[in-house]
Amino acid sequence: MINRSVVAGFGGQGVMMIGKMLCYASLDHGKHALFLPSYGTEQRGGTANCTVILSDEEIGSPMTAHIDTLIAMNEPSLKKFQGMVKPGGTVYINSSLVKPEDVREDVVCTAIPVDDLAHELGSTKVANIIMLSAYAAGTGMFTKEEVTETVLHKLASKPQFLEMNRKAVETGFEHAK
Amino acid sequence: MAKQFMKGTEAIAEAAVRGGCRFFAGYPITPQNEIPEYMSRRLPEVGGVFVQGESEVSSVSMLFGAAAVGTRCMTSSSSPGMSLKSEGVSALAAGQLPAVIVNVSRGGPGVGSIQAAQMDYFQVTRAMGHGGHRLIVYAPSTVQEAVDLTYKAFEKADEYQAPMLVCPDGSIGAMMEAVELPPFRDAERKRLTTYASQCINPDKLIISTFHYTAEHSEGFNRLLEEMYEGWKQNEVMVEEYETEDAEVVVCAYGIVGRVAKDAVKQLRAEGIKAGLIRPITLFPFCTKSFEKLDYGKLKGILVAELSIPAQMIEDVELATKGRVPLESLTHSGGRFIITEEVYDRLKAMALGNTKEVK
Repeated sequence: MINRSVVAGFGGQGVMMIGKMLCYASLDHGKHALFLPSYGTEQRGGTANCTVILSDEEIGSPMTAHIDTLIAMNEPSLKKFQGMVKPGGTVYINSSLVKPEDVREDVVCTAIPVDDLAHELGSTKVANIIMLSAYAAGTGMFTKEEVTETVLHKLASKPQFLEMNRKAVETGFEHAK
Repeated sequence: MAKQFMKGTEAIAEAAVRGGCRFFAGYPITPQNEIPEYMSRRLPEVGGVFVQGESEVSSVSMLFGAAAVGTRCMTSSSSPGMSLKSEGVSALAAGQLPAVIVNVSRGGPGVGSIQAAQMDYFQVTRAMGHGGHRLIVYAPSTVQEAVDLTYKAFEKADEYQAPMLVCPDGSIGAMMEAVELPPFRDAERKRLTTYASQCINPDKLIISTFHYTAEHSEGFNRLLEEMYEGWKQNEVMVEEYETEDAEVVVCAYGIVGRVAKDAVKQLRAEGIKAGLIRPITLFPFCTKSFEKLDYGKLKGILVAELSIPAQMIEDVELATKGRVPLESLTHSGGRFIITEEVYDRLKAMALGNTKEVK
């Protein structure tokens, strides 16, 4: 199984963290992973994005026309990247900012108001953790325990937020269903 | 040791430290800034020295001094910065000094683009600096290969007492993948022996980039010529994939080599006899790989590179000597060649819907 994704959003939404955390989870649990950030003359308020490839086998080409999954944390990201998603692919949207009706009809849309959910947990900063957990649950690539293990391990330097991150993972898994 | 998930640039820096690098000088430029950043933190931990020079020229010149006193050393830059360093690289070659240069390449000419590209092919394979010196040029296609080739570049720099070049494009530098890091080498380096010593005083180590007599000057050039010819015999690295019975072949290096391999796999799965030649050393070039092709069956070769105009295609022309039509697939300035494009072009070539380029 191979899953090619683009994760995109405003700078500051933790988009790169989503990508990297998914890669760490892959490597922690015996899969291959590739993370390719886009860098360049990005504008304030525009989109930051990264390509993430998770696979059971060794990864070949990172540059292909189509992707299996898009994670769009804001509206410009949806507009810019949803054309790349294969028909029948999945688009995860942050429905606190993106309208589900803007998503193409030939893809599966998973709409999760991650900003609102994160706010309820105590900080909008965990919106990205909720989203990556929803992706993990939706693709079936990782169990909740696996994601929790990786997230808590990688964020161990901030013990005061561990409980909030644990809840964020749970919230993501609940809403992916 | 467990694999680590590392960014290309940082993996190159760590591989250099493990390869014995104890001196680094550089000047910032996108997209390679993580190399000096990593070195500034890492080298002091192993008793090494990091210097941010006031320019590219001063940075590469510091390597001359470091290498002369027996320290393994490295500098890194990106395309426009490499032009500035070229004088110093030529001096390292003339001084018979081992050093590793890393070019995380981007678009050109001029300041060009900060996005990944492969537009320095002529510069790195023909004449990095003046005076006809050459470098072994390593072009990795994965982060693991970037690690392995950087490590190897330090060994070869010592072996040949010459500067070596590691040349990933910006995407390999920015990409994160799992890597297995090599063991630490002893940082001690063997004593240098130079042609200048032989000419002037064999009892002393004399490092010179200048020879007074015509006889010595030509003698030194002959020595370099012999070394470069030896590289062509012994230092060529290439990946040949499914080329034995190939009817269509794609030649691509670095990130594009990896993209092209997936296209070849897809075509093979459909019964189309496609193959890949991926040069790993850009110089010396894998000319012999083209001798092994079956020109009775071969319909064409597609040369895919992130450079407009195409550059590597000239080496493929020299290697194939007009025996087969060549086609070119190019992008640049941050646009990548994708697997589907290579697939479409090779398929059209295999089915005979091909137009000859040039």
